[in-house]
Amino acid sequence: MAVSFTLNGKAINFDGDPETPILWVLRDHLDVTSPKYGCGAGLCGACTVHLEGAAIRSCSAPISAAGGKAVTTLEGLTAKVGKALQDAWIEFDVPQCGYCQTGQMMSAADLLAKKKQPSSDDIKNAMSGNICRCGTYSRIEKAVKRAADKLA
Amino acid sequence: MKNQSLKSNGRRQFIQQSAALGGAFVIGIHLPLTSQAAVGDAAKPVLANAWVQITPNNQITLICARSEMGQDVYTSLPALLAEELNLPLSMIQVQIAGVAPVYINAMLGGQITGGSTSVREAFDKLRTAGAATRMVLIQAAAQRWNVSAADCKAMNGKITHSSGKSATYGELAADAAKLPLPEKPALKSPANFMVIGKETMRRLDTPSKVAGKAVYGIDVKIPGMAIASLAQCPVIGGTPTSFDASAAMKVTGVIKVVQISDGVAVLAKDFYTARKGRDVLKITWNEGSNANLSNAVIRKSLEDGLSKKGAVIKTVGDSNAAVVNGKPLSAQYFLPYLAHSTMEPVNCSADVSNGKCRIIGPIQFQQGGQAVAAAAAGVKPEDVTIETTFLGGGFGRKLELDFIRQAAEISKAAGMPVKMLWTKEDDITHDFYRPMSIHKVDGILGANGQLASLKAKMVSQSVTARAFPGFVKDGFDPFMVEGSNNITYEIPNLEITNVITDTGLRVGYWRSVSNALNAFAIESFVDEAAKAAGKDPVAYRMAALSKHPRAKAVLELAVKKSGYVPGSKRFGVAQMECYDTYSACILELDSAAKETKVKKITFVSDCGITVHPDQARAQLTGGVIYGLSAALSNEITIEKGRVQQNNFNDYPSLRQNQVPVVEVHLVPSQEKPGGLGEVGVPLVAPALVNAIAAATGKRIRELPIKV
Repeated sequence: MAVSFTLNGKAINFDGDPETPILWVLRDHLDVTSPKYGCGAGLCGACTVHLEGAAIRSCSAPISAAGGKAVTTLEGLTAKVGKALQDAWIEFDVPQCGYCQTGQMMSAADLLAKKKQPSSDDIKNAMSGNICRCGTYSRIEKAVKRAADKLA
Repeated sequence: MKNQSLKSNGRRQFIQQSAALGGAFVIGIHLPLTSQAAVGDAAKPVLANAWVQITPNNQITLICARSEMGQDVYTSLPALLAEELNLPLSMIQVQIAGVAPVYINAMLGGQITGGSTSVREAFDKLRTAGAATRMVLIQAAAQRWNVSAADCKAMNGKITHSSGKSATYGELAADAAKLPLPEKPALKSPANFMVIGKETMRRLDTPSKVAGKAVYGIDVKIPGMAIASLAQCPVIGGTPTSFDASAAMKVTGVIKVVQISDGVAVLAKDFYTARKGRDVLKITWNEGSNANLSNAVIRKSLEDGLSKKGAVIKTVGDSNAAVVNGKPLSAQYFLPYLAHSTMEPVNCSADVSNGKCRIIGPIQFQQGGQAVAAAAAGVKPEDVTIETTFLGGGFGRKLELDFIRQAAEISKAAGMPVKMLWTKEDDITHDFYRPMSIHKVDGILGANGQLASLKAKMVSQSVTARAFPGFVKDGFDPFMVEGSNNITYEIPNLEITNVITDTGLRVGYWRSVSNALNAFAIESFVDEAAKAAGKDPVAYRMAALSKHPRAKAVLELAVKKSGYVPGSKRFGVAQMECYDTYSACILELDSAAKETKVKKITFVSDCGITVHPDQARAQLTGGVIYGLSAALSNEITIEKGRVQQNNFNDYPSLRQNQVPVVEVHLVPSQEKPGGLGEVGVPLVAPALVNAIAAATGKRIRELPIKV
């Protein structure tokens, strides 16, 4: 049975296996490659997208869970939030290899939606589900704070 | 085994090629400038050589011959060209090179990104390319205007003459391309650098990476391709003897099932389906010679290696002679197998068709890839193209060629383009692991307490013996001596020995290679010696560094910046020279915490002239965190030939809420550039165990630290 959902505001009808994780529907069927595959087990956060505005690990959630709901990737963040995050990430030249960063930014967007001015501890805890093997954590923390300031 | 012979053929082929090439292509700008037939198209280069392309509309491109895996070659290398072309970095576009002899890394003998060599190797080469190009542009302008070249200047993409005449580089490029390149153009003095070393320099790849637009191997799409999930033998090196694909073919969406030399691949439109099909394959494996391998047996074989003579790498004085009033001290250290665990799991795309093979993927060794793909596809190497994407982390894993060969084999067998993607579990269980190593260190403290004699013996597998066997002679692997051969301490009697012991498990170069192994043993031992001598560990090291003022300077700055207090129980120290960079690390424990908790790590380097200081600090910081993750929690163990770890749950990586403060300082220097990508890794483990010993009196000699 087909699953209908919206991706970044656009109506999508997926008629493949409803157990297919959201990640692979996005990447392999819809060519949206900003969410990355890192672990396939919800351990690393590289695949983070928003479902109804809240961060989820798309590698571990079947597309059936998105039925009738809104899926948002980095490209679909509101212009204001997306720009604030991208500008902050650019200002601190956060990425090294960069592979995890789209997931990091989606977790950051989720945090900033819940908490306008997060403390260092808020950031550390909220972002602890996103692994960065390059070790860009201190720059991520600075960039989240800067994005919060831009949005304030 | 078929796959291994394929691989060694590929390697041999590569080594023969590179040997035949010798050093002739070291300075690639000797290639003639070739004027490309693009008259009338202002967007196509009219000046093009191995390194630089300039279009009539003044688009200037650096061809980047190293793989961008986070270490910043995408910016640091164009900066070298921009410097001599007198261009702001923002005017330069970057194109990742294909595979060609001209792109061989002169420090490594292949088109390889590794060994923290990228900037070191390119520093003169790309500046020379820039300067030579600038000179022919100026000459072209002088000829066009019939003026003296000495009165013309190149700046910001324009050549100007004192009379006020001006033309863009692009407008002059076609003429410049007809002029011979000067062989040894004068390079700028560092005092005149306008790009190199500037704190304002920004990474050129950041905008695409934060927009989700940077293309990694996993993002590659070839029209008509399938996604392949590969079943591999649970014992590395095993091969399929038979398989039953009937259940896999019943999975809706599975396109094909094909056998390759070391596995069975299931092809589908998406990875979920391919993997679902793969997981219901019934395969009988020939597990091969490693089927009974276990960690205990491997470790025992290394311990047995301690009694072997091995290859003496370095001898100073006579470390067997008696020392008057000498105090002997011995210790043994152990490091486990480690996986690279890049964020982007191993993957590669291939299209074998019409006698050609197209490879696209996250690749650190393009020529090796070309050779193995040619062998796998059954085509000539010159009919293989290699397109290197961004790498979602490399750390040495993507120097290997297994995944390139596999993708080519799958595409050939399936008769269609494929993207092969491993699961994270495949990646952890089928890595080329950092070798397990055992180190026996024997010292004698002289009357003044300083080391009068030191013997260090390392027993491990040799990565080079597997990957580049031609480079291992008489038990000497040039990459096993990193971190020992270059010991900075002045010790009158010294003997460094390596014993190569093969265990059967495949091993690979892992970020900082043997530096991390040897530094753990030597810097732990020096700390033990300081304690035995009743000396402060910083003062003890300083006293033995008289021949290395740069080593003393970084240690002095680390003391100052860390707030190190002699006699305090919170601090651990370590220092070394690594890839031409001198570094010191002082680690401070959180004394208030009940458990061993790292509060702050101060890392100071003298890496010579620093092309991109902000990213130099980023690399060192990241290296420290990579090393700390390993020291605290990472080990790969083997039972019944099978790797016991699978994913981030049992092979963890430090997270945002687990990392200490890492403070990096660079000592200003005009020495030639040193490496940076791996330099942060090795010192953190010894600094940590040294801090724990200071705090608790407990000496940890095995990693990972289990506290």
